Amino acid sequence: MADTLTPVLTDNWADDRAWTLAAYEARGGYSALDKALGMDPAAVIEEVKESGLRGRGGAGFPTGMKWGFIPQDNPKPKYLVVNADESEPGTCKDIPLMMASPHTLVEGVIISSYAIRANTAFIYIRGEVLHVVRRVQRAVQEAYLAGHLGKNIHGSGFDLDVIVHAGAGAYICGEETALLEGLEGRRGQPRLRPPFPAVAGLYSSPTVINNVESIASVPSIIEHGHAWFTSMGTEKSKGYGIFSLSGHVQKPGQYEAPLGITLRTLIDLAGGMREGHELKFWTPGGSSTPILTAEHLDVPLDFEGVGAAGSMLGTRALQIFDDTTCVVRAVLRWTEFYKHESCGKCTPCREGTWWLVQVLAGLEKGAGAESDLDLLLDQCDNIMGRSFCALADGAVSPISSSIKYFRDEYVAHLTHGGCPFDHAASTVFAPAGATA
Amino acid sequence: MTLSQQTYGELKEIAARYPEARSGLLPMLHLVQSSEGRVTPEGIEACAEILGISAADVSGVATFYTMYKRRPVGDYHVGVCTNTLCAVMGGDLIFERLKYHLGVGNDETTDDGKITLEHVECNAACDYAPVMMVNWEFMDNMDPDSAVRVVEDLRAGTEVRSTRGPRVVTWREAERVLAGFPDDLADEGPAAGPASLVGLGIARERGWTAPGLDTSSPSGSDYSTTENPAGRIETKEDAVAEADTSRAETETIQEEGK
Repeated sequence: MADTLTPVLTDNWADDRAWTLAAYEARGGYSALDKALGMDPAAVIEEVKESGLRGRGGAGFPTGMKWGFIPQDNPKPKYLVVNADESEPGTCKDIPLMMASPHTLVEGVIISSYAIRANTAFIYIRGEVLHVVRRVQRAVQEAYLAGHLGKNIHGSGFDLDVIVHAGAGAYICGEETALLEGLEGRRGQPRLRPPFPAVAGLYSSPTVINNVESIASVPSIIEHGHAWFTSMGTEKSKGYGIFSLSGHVQKPGQYEAPLGITLRTLIDLAGGMREGHELKFWTPGGSSTPILTAEHLDVPLDFEGVGAAGSMLGTRALQIFDDTTCVVRAVLRWTEFYKHESCGKCTPCREGTWWLVQVLAGLEKGAGAESDLDLLLDQCDNIMGRSFCALADGAVSPISSSIKYFRDEYVAHLTHGGCPFDHAASTVFAPAGATA
Repeated sequence: MTLSQQTYGELKEIAARYPEARSGLLPMLHLVQSSEGRVTPEGIEACAEILGISAADVSGVATFYTMYKRRPVGDYHVGVCTNTLCAVMGGDLIFERLKYHLGVGNDETTDDGKITLEHVECNAACDYAPVMMVNWEFMDNMDPDSAVRVVEDLRAGTEVRSTRGPRVVTWREAERVLAGFPDDLADEGPAAGPASLVGLGIARERGWTAPGLDTSSPSGSDYSTTENPAGRIETKEDAVAEADTSRAETETIQEEGK
């Protein structure tokens, strides 16, 4: 049984100048690269498959299997693209990782590129995080100077160039095919699949797109072996992951633990809820994952456990709201976000998110009728699963789940003639003793 | 006004970084903003010419991404997160206070040309809520008063430091870094802010580690002989059953059927 918290990726974040090559190498950094370069690329893929590592960017697709889809008989160049476009509301793990230890990511990029036989890799970082872009740029530069990148890496005959690419503000570019469009210098609109990126991705060449945390986990798997990785986590959700707690807990922050930890344990580690308040609702994996409530405190936070509870593990972005928070206000704001970020390609999403905001805004103001709740659910039904990508599916999640658990609160807005909550009481700077 | 020769040369330099030149367009537009203070028609023409595509194509891209601005931006772009979590934690009140204090609305610039105020979406720092960005540097754990102090310091020319980064540079200087021309400030600021280290601190305090990573144990554990673990994903079908979303399932089935 592994310890409650298992720092691996976060283990060096408190080191002096942790972001530098010197600090990373002082801890044995880039030794996993040597080990990988001594293996056959296929054996590296096999090791990652054996580890059971599942994508840390939300969908949980097995990483090694994704790599195995790359057709090695395709004569075109292969590409690795790191999705560092962390934008899902609540998700805040990749940004601190790249800020504190960009070399963990760079080493992962080199090993992963070697495995899929790519000689060019891209790190697509959202543009709105300037200092993270700086740190990754610097890490790549240092890696070149040290011979970890470029020609004939460590004398292995393997060549790799890494290009750090800053995005320009578009949530949708976290969707892998929209990200490829952005990386090709186009509007970030998702592509129809098939063909899948593994077959025809960047420049119609075989491409693997992985999340930052997935790639950053690879050096540790190579260094310690798949059995080490599988000794953490649950039966089908192996290994460790970063759990990001935000909102009304005493100590919000990053907690790295084996998959399967519960919110009850995490809140306990975080010093409990805000003084005098109780948990009301939370997202297990960002705003696109259906909200859960206090009745789900003991759900194992792994892919299966959260799925069985009617939501998704997503990015382990645990946004925690206490009893001062109006769920209708929260859901309206998320819905406005999806409306703003809809790329406009598919009608159900482009038009549907607009209509959702109209109806929700009315309800929040206490206008409308109880039948609007059924109208909302009907709209959700007409949006869900009818677009190219999952943005629209994410948009309906907060609405349908909040109506499921808090229908009365929607109705209270109608009977009260507006929001019955004091929004100031939810803030971190609320006067002590403030109540909803 | 046409672009300077230096800017034009640097735009070409960006395009040359990529296997296919058009991939450079996003950073090229960042450079146009750095040089011109916004995305100008001349900047669009220059990008189009270098990439051999139409100005309409470039405009289509420039209007899609929210970081590209068609109107002049102040020296400091102040973004207040008003996505749900930050809004609830106080972001809405911070944004209201700044609008009132600066006398501008969303996406507007103060008369002195110093500050452009905008509400922004989730910036991946939720454990530091409420969050404000100044030229895309983190200003963590803000409240209305501290937010006003920051904008007043910016207007007065007093040095402002990111809570997790360097001294704040101007918006145009920041855009240059995003275009891929580093400014040598990577070593400023901490590795991590306090919230990023909370879990690590608890683990250290209680002696919790990942298996075998406990430096106090002489050899660590040897896992190399462990049998294949149960639940290993062996086939594509297993992967489908495991995948978290019905979408992944559809996609895999589609792929097999193609």
